[in-house]
Amino acid sequence: MNENQTNRLKQQALKIGHLVGLFIAMAIICLPGLWIVLSSLRPTVEIMAKPPVWIPQSLSFDAYVAMFSGVGQGGIPVLDYFRNSIIISVTSTVIALAIGMAGGYAFARYQFRGKTAIFLGFMLTRTVPGIALSLPLFFVYAKLGIIDTHFGLIIAYVALNVPFTVWLIDGFFRQVPRDLAEAAQIDGCTRWQAFWQVEFPLARSGIASAGIFAFLISWNEFALASQLTRSTNSKTLPVGLLDYTAEFTIDWRGMCALAVVMIIPALTLTFIVQKHLVSGLTSGAVKG
Amino acid sequence: MATVSLKNLVKKYGSLEVVHAINLDVADREFVALVGPSGCGKSTTLRMIAGLEAISGGHIHIGDREVNNLPPRQRNISMVFQSYALYPHMTVAENMGFSLKIAGRSQDVIASAVADAAKTLGLEELLDRRPSQLSGGQRQRVAMGRAIVRHPDVFLFDEPLSNLDAKLRMQMRTEIKKLHAKVQSTVIYVTHDQVEAMTLADRIVIMRDGHIEQVGPPEEVFRRPATRFVAGFIGSPTMNLHDAVVGDSKLIFGNGDTLPLPAQFRDRVTAGQKVIFGLRPDDLYPTGHGIHSGEAAEVHAVEVPVSLTEPLGNETLVFAEFAGQDWISRMLNPKTLRSGDKVELSFDLSQSHLFDAQSEKSLRG
Repeated sequence: MNENQTNRLKQQALKIGHLVGLFIAMAIICLPGLWIVLSSLRPTVEIMAKPPVWIPQSLSFDAYVAMFSGVGQGGIPVLDYFRNSIIISVTSTVIALAIGMAGGYAFARYQFRGKTAIFLGFMLTRTVPGIALSLPLFFVYAKLGIIDTHFGLIIAYVALNVPFTVWLIDGFFRQVPRDLAEAAQIDGCTRWQAFWQVEFPLARSGIASAGIFAFLISWNEFALASQLTRSTNSKTLPVGLLDYTAEFTIDWRGMCALAVVMIIPALTLTFIVQKHLVSGLTSGAVKG
Repeated sequence: MATVSLKNLVKKYGSLEVVHAINLDVADREFVALVGPSGCGKSTTLRMIAGLEAISGGHIHIGDREVNNLPPRQRNISMVFQSYALYPHMTVAENMGFSLKIAGRSQDVIASAVADAAKTLGLEELLDRRPSQLSGGQRQRVAMGRAIVRHPDVFLFDEPLSNLDAKLRMQMRTEIKKLHAKVQSTVIYVTHDQVEAMTLADRIVIMRDGHIEQVGPPEEVFRRPATRFVAGFIGSPTMNLHDAVVGDSKLIFGNGDTLPLPAQFRDRVTAGQKVIFGLRPDDLYPTGHGIHSGEAAEVHAVEVPVSLTEPLGNETLVFAEFAGQDWISRMLNPKTLRSGDKVELSFDLSQSHLFDAQSEKSLRG
C-alpha cells in the first residue's frame, strides 16, 4: 500500500469516527427530551418500570386530554398558567432587551467614569444564585404587596436578565465599526437615526440571541416563581408542574405532558428567531 | 461650493493638547492635502472639520457659516473614510442614496442622483450588490459615490487609499484627480503618503506634532522646504540631511570633510554657526549621470567610495560615503557600479538647502 492510500484510509476512518462521536453526543443531548415526550404518552406503570421499558407498549394522549379537562377531572388551569407565563416572559424580555440595548450601547461606545467597575458589578450580580434571593425578595414583595402579581415576577426577571443582555449586546455593538455611525451622521442622520438606521440593523442578530436567552430564562425559571406566586393570578407553567404532585403520589405522566406543552412555544420561538442569528452581517463594511 | 477656514483651532484630550492653534484657509474648489506622520493631528483636524470631534478652541468656518458647534449633518460635507464605512446591510445603490433618503427626497430624485454618480464612477453594474461582494477598489469607489451623490460643499477624505495595494492605489489616485476635475468642489484630503499629497493637491499642508510646518503648492514645498522636517518628509528618496559647521566660505562636516559654502547662503550665515546641510538625491549624482548635468551652475565634484546600489531599471540609487555619512544619489542612464567602487559625485550646490541646527528653519529666507 502506498502512502496516498494509507492517508486516504486514515481520513475515511477519521470521518467515520467523527460521525459516530457526533451521534453519541447528539443522543446524549436529545434523549432526555425524547424521554419526556415518550413518558407523556405512556401509562405510569411503564414509566416506573424497572428495568425500563425502552419500546412503549401503548401510547395515548390521555394525559393531554386530562390536563385540559377542568379541575376535578385531573385537570389543571393550564391555560391560566400559559397566559401568565407568556405575559411575564414576553414583558420581562422586552424590558430587559430595551435596557440591555441602551446599556450595551453605552458600554460599547462611550467612555465614562467607573465603566469597568460598573460592568463587573453587573456580572457579579449574576453570581448570586436566584434561590438565595428568594427569601429576602419574598419579604420585600410581601411588604410592597406585590406577591402573586405579574408585576412582581416581571421586575424580578428583568433584574435577573439585564446584566446578561447588557453583556451580550455590548459585545455585538463592539463588532459594529464606529465609522459606520459616523458615516451615517455625515450622511445627514442624527445620533438617534444613525443608531436605528445603521447600528441597530447590524447588531440585530446579537440582540435577537440576547432576546432568546432572556425569554428562555424567564420561561423556565422555577425557584423564584415558586416562592413569589400563589394562585392562578400569576403562577407560571414551571410552577404549575407542582400541581401534579399530591401528598403521596406524583403524576409523572401529567407532569411530562405539561413539560411538553412548555417546551413547544420555546422551541417554536427559537426556531423563528434562529434565522436572525446569522453572524457575519457586518462583513464588507470596512476593509477586509 | 465653499471655502473652509480654521482659526486658532485647538484640540485637547483632557490636559493633552494634540492640535495647537492652527490656522488654515482653503479656497473655494481648492484641493488641499493634509500630510504628516501618524500622530501629527491631521486626522483629528479633519474630524473636527467634519464635526465628528468636538473642538476645544478656535473657530471653523465653512463658507460664511461658523460651524463650531453644528452636528455633522448640518455642515453639508461628505467624507470618505479609510475603512470605506459602507453600510453592509444595504446594496450599493442604497448606500449611495442613503443621504438623500434621510433628507426625505423622493424615490425618483434618489434613483436619478444615484444613477448619475454611478455613471461618473463606473458603478452601474454593481448597484444591486452588497459591499461584501465588492473588491477593495470597488468599495472605495462606492464610498466616493456616496460622497458625491449629495453635492456637498466640501469633500473630506481620510486616508482613502491606505487600504489598497500599490497598483490600485495609483489607479484610484488618478480617479480621484479626475473626479475633482469633474465635480469641481473643495476637497480636504488627509494622507500620510507624501506622493499622494504631491500628485493630487493644489496645496499641501505639512503637519507635525499638532502644528502646521508649512503650507504651499507641491512644487514650493518640494523646492523650498521651510524646515528640516519638511525637507526630510517631502520627496522620495529622502533628502540627504547632514550636520555641518560654517567655516570660512565652506561647510565643515563632522569628520573634517568640507564642501564650498553655497553662494546663495553666503550672506545668511556666520562662521561657526551650526547648520544642517540638505541636498536632494536628484542634485547629487555621479558626474555625467544627473538630471541637471551640463547646465548646473555651481557644481562641486568629489570622488567617494560606493557603499551600496539599488538598481530601479531606468535609474540607480547610489549610496556613497562622504564625510563619514551615507549619502543617497540618483544616477540616470545608470552604469554598473559595485560597492567599494570609487565614483565621482557631483554636488549641485545651487540646489542645496541649509537649515539652522537650533531652530531647524530654512536659512534661505
